[in-house]
Amino acid sequence: MMIRKPLLASVFVAPAVAAAAFVAPALAQQIAPAPVVTPTAAAPGDAGLSVTVSDDSAWVSLGIDIPGFATNADVPTAASAGSTAQLGRAIAEVITGDLKNNGLFKPVGPDQLPGVPFIQVTQPDFPAWSARGAEMLVHGSVQAAGNGTLTITCILYDASLHQQLVKASWEMTPADWRRSAHKCADTVYARLSGESPFFDSRIAYIAETGPKNHRMKRLAIMDSDGANHRFITTGQAMALTPRFSPDYKSILYLSYLNGSPRIYVYNVETASQRLVAETRNPTFAPRWSPDGRSILYSMAIAGNTNIYRVSATGGTSQQLTDTPGINIGGSFSPDGKKIVFESDRSGSQQIYVMNADGTDQHRISFFGGKSATPEWSPRGDQIAFTHIAGNLRIAVMSVEGGHFRNLTDSWQDEAPTWAPNGRIIQFFRTEKGSGKSTVWQVDLTGRNERRLPTPVDGSDPAWGPIRE
Amino acid sequence: MPSMPNIRVLSGALLLGAAALSLAACGSKPPKELPPEPGPAVSTTTNAPMPQMPAGPVAGTQADFVAQMMGRDTIHFAYDKYGIDPASAVSLQSQATWLQKYPGKRATIEGHCDERGTRDYNLALGERRATAAKNYLVSLGVDAGRLTTVSYGKERPADPASTEEAYAMNRRAVTVAID
Repeated sequence: MMIRKPLLASVFVAPAVAAAAFVAPALAQQIAPAPVVTPTAAAPGDAGLSVTVSDDSAWVSLGIDIPGFATNADVPTAASAGSTAQLGRAIAEVITGDLKNNGLFKPVGPDQLPGVPFIQVTQPDFPAWSARGAEMLVHGSVQAAGNGTLTITCILYDASLHQQLVKASWEMTPADWRRSAHKCADTVYARLSGESPFFDSRIAYIAETGPKNHRMKRLAIMDSDGANHRFITTGQAMALTPRFSPDYKSILYLSYLNGSPRIYVYNVETASQRLVAETRNPTFAPRWSPDGRSILYSMAIAGNTNIYRVSATGGTSQQLTDTPGINIGGSFSPDGKKIVFESDRSGSQQIYVMNADGTDQHRISFFGGKSATPEWSPRGDQIAFTHIAGNLRIAVMSVEGGHFRNLTDSWQDEAPTWAPNGRIIQFFRTEKGSGKSTVWQVDLTGRNERRLPTPVDGSDPAWGPIRE
Repeated sequence: MPSMPNIRVLSGALLLGAAALSLAACGSKPPKELPPEPGPAVSTTTNAPMPQMPAGPVAGTQADFVAQMMGRDTIHFAYDKYGIDPASAVSLQSQATWLQKYPGKRATIEGHCDERGTRDYNLALGERRATAAKNYLVSLGVDAGRLTTVSYGKERPADPASTEEAYAMNRRAVTVAID
């Protein structure tokens, strides 16, 4: 096979930069040794790999070659990346960026690989790829339809077995071209890891600038890889603790609009917002139910804070906790039947579970120190939280309160949020002294940790579900 | 207060000064342009220069309050606590005396925390501290309807350092007279 750098290589500034920005910084690379992953007995009919979090045997990352996607005809598109050929390369760059950094794979992107003729997308030159040492091979194509939409096809091959493992296609508007790349990365990730996908998802967070004692805090949103970044608020009113609705149409967040902290629901499509609860009391810590129909918020009355539930369409609130002190936050189990929350009723911040109607409240954290900001995994099996023992660390435990493990070890890491597949946790890290905050993510081994690229400092990340 | 019987029926937003008033008057829809955030009041815990100035602040204003309090506009708290200690009680007595001297004045009490805690909890803890200060002022005879609270959690440290001394300064409730 002829190996030649595509002529268009230098044209793709934007996607190449975006992909480069996604690479973990040197520091994170250093503190992220070989991940702990072992191939285990696959479920019947499933040749996938399982990620285990307690085994120490070394896993050699699986090599995946991802050359630029081919096109049947190189025509202009409305996509930011350019023509179909340019788009094919940009898509491969995004897939490469997605698949690195999670410790499972060693992807090689289009800038280090030969181009693929369109005819070979469905008939790969396996001997040539095997000769290059490829283990897994991703081929794909970009085809423009007359109506302006794009059809992106993604095929995963086992290069040594000469076998197609999975094939998928998506019809996308040019503006959504990056989503097709994330969908392809999700397809590859899911097929090879046996886990659920998570790349095609979005994140709401707080963008921070300015001096520590008067920091500007703005609501902002971005794709899971930091692309398509957008500021929502101007920063004139401090914004905190956002949560994307499950359908991505709304964002719950706290704003000091009009001077006091209140929870608003912001409509992304209409750029309008309303108060979640009409009250003169301060409201904090908003959360969605998994079906998006209910909202949890915490409200302080006469100094005591309790948790309330209200329909997402408004109406009367139902008070779920009623103890003196601070009951705050709350995160639903995936089936919506239980809520994990934080309370200082025992004298310090600890984690409790209750039924969704407020009954059967019982403490589950007994670890020493304080435990705060619990978030139920979308898989239902674990609870991530902030463990406070001098420093603040991100930790996980089982839903019964067992198997406590710290995943991070820094001065101040707080406010975990789960990836849609429950395998990665984002949080924010504050630097001692300067107060600079950055958004990070860590896998459940605690070993693959990296910083997310944000245009300015960031805090309070909130990861939304996989997009339909 | 007989002079302002309707304050409590107004929305909370209206209690927060002229800027909020003018915006709220535009209608009930959320404004597209977000109004300026009311910054936390500057507390003068040291070097209060005003009392010696030849032309002092106008009596009954926030500037006058700050000048008269000489740091007693701010009270401090122990770590993760909201109790009023004896030193704070003295400060609150001074505040109450000033507020009773100007019965038409309203005040906001801002509650703050040090940075050693989670964001959500500190918002609630700051509210608890501000409420503790408010309740104490009410116990001294200040009408509750004249006092509002607002928590900034750990978001607005008075001293940005990450030291025990700074943390002690930052665990505070600041009373601000509304001009």
